[in-house]
Amino acid sequence: MLTIQEIMETVTMVQEEHLDIRTITLGISLRDCADADPRTACQKIYNKITRLAGNLVPIGEDIAKEYGIPIVNKRISVTPISLVAESSRTDDYLIFAETLDRAAAEVGVNFIGGFSALVHKGITGGDKKLLDSIPNALDKTERVCASVNVATTKAGINMDAVALMGRLIKDVAFRTADRDGLGCAKLVVFANVPEDNPFMAGAFHGIGEPESVINVGVSGPGVVKRAVERVKGSDFGTLAETVKKSAFKITRMGELVGRSAAARLGVPFGIVDISLAPTPAIGDSVAEILEAMGLERCGTHGTTAALALLNDAVKKGGAMASSYVGGLSGAFIPVSEDSGMIRSVEEKALHLDKLEAMTCVCSVGLDMIAVPGDTPAETISAIIADEMAIGMINQKTTAVRIIPAPGKQVGDYVEFGGLLGRAPVMPVHRFSAADFVGRGGRIPAPIHSLSN
Amino acid sequence: MKYLENDESRGKRIIITVIGPDRVGIIAGVTCILAANNFNILDISQTIMQEFLVMVLIVDSENSGLDLSMLKDRLAAKGAEMGVQIDAQHEDAFKFMHRL
Repeated sequence: MLTIQEIMETVTMVQEEHLDIRTITLGISLRDCADADPRTACQKIYNKITRLAGNLVPIGEDIAKEYGIPIVNKRISVTPISLVAESSRTDDYLIFAETLDRAAAEVGVNFIGGFSALVHKGITGGDKKLLDSIPNALDKTERVCASVNVATTKAGINMDAVALMGRLIKDVAFRTADRDGLGCAKLVVFANVPEDNPFMAGAFHGIGEPESVINVGVSGPGVVKRAVERVKGSDFGTLAETVKKSAFKITRMGELVGRSAAARLGVPFGIVDISLAPTPAIGDSVAEILEAMGLERCGTHGTTAALALLNDAVKKGGAMASSYVGGLSGAFIPVSEDSGMIRSVEEKALHLDKLEAMTCVCSVGLDMIAVPGDTPAETISAIIADEMAIGMINQKTTAVRIIPAPGKQVGDYVEFGGLLGRAPVMPVHRFSAADFVGRGGRIPAPIHSLSN
Repeated sequence: MKYLENDESRGKRIIITVIGPDRVGIIAGVTCILAANNFNILDISQTIMQEFLVMVLIVDSENSGLDLSMLKDRLAAKGAEMGVQIDAQHEDAFKFMHRL
């Protein structure tokens, strides 16, 4: 029997603790849109996206109203464009990015993911054309997100691709310098990328996915923080149990919304991504959860342990609450999108090296990090390589979304506004890794990839 | 709130929450809208939490011609008039979170 306390608990979570559904993401396969004529391919892509996603936004709004829970974003992910465009007779894939941008605008979604390539073992002709088109595509479009998978546990790390990504990221920052390098906020480099991730900028519709599918990303750091505050001083068993229960409740809302959206759109329900996704709003911060656990500031000694506990307890609670959990499913620690992280960086409690350590025990990686604009491309590649190594060795997803802020130095800020927030520019190591990055080739897969 | 365990009219029940400072006429204001639009009240309960009146109504929308979204708008307007916050949500939002 539902009690008045339970009803009020749900109402409070939404009204005071920022519980929301971060995104319902419609995955759409574009594999049947390939054509030798790029314009014909783009027409097919536009028609398919607008046909399948036409009702996504109104249906999302209806569900939000009915259940009284905000659904912050409605988004679309598509088959990696490198695969769709590869057979078209063109060297420039900008036309594909512009088509995605137009389709997204037509159906009213703020981001569309899938300007992507999977190059963890090598780069095909289509992959190369896509990679070369990324700077222009992110400059000329508003809603398109790009991602590149450069490493897996099974294949190792494609260091040629890592080196290239360092240069590409610099180029993207340069071209979008008038917007503080905004293009870099829409470009993610992955190891072990999931094919059903609903969160931008890394979402795409994997090749093992159905024709179309609904995936849901939940939020809720504020709910977990309040729950953790209520058990101040208790032992770790109680703490973990409290986080588990909160994660369970948050995820149930995701499951409800996902199933409801899938049924109304007439497509299969894919997964709930149980990641704790912070927003710049005060109180909706993963860093503040860690601080509520007893750390004076996020980034100090003990942060990695606290995050490990948090991430594991969220998974245990979330896994019980949903029939299908997938995507990234771990706590996010994006600097620019988390007010607590920003404060820790400002107070010099949190450094890039500690963030790297934290990514060993949570999803997803070095996310929304601003570094000085004059950081060499090789250094960015080396930062990516470190993160990819963590993913490869630990058989987990890791990612890098880094902004070499044009014309800015440590102490300056990049300002993106909205959910992307603002980020203080963080220092990087000044010693070079250019000779290491420049070797070329692949870092072989680790011994434990030989699991057959 | 025993009605929530009864699955007979599943999918038709709406939970209305009223939060705010207590005053004369809150129940009358809410129930007047419900009666006018043919919502059957299954249960009402109220309590005081942190000095605020918290009232929860469970209503059956089976015979009402008004959809949930319109009901929400009318209740919200009434709430603004009375200085309290009123919301209406499908019961699944609560059942899914608290019950397996």
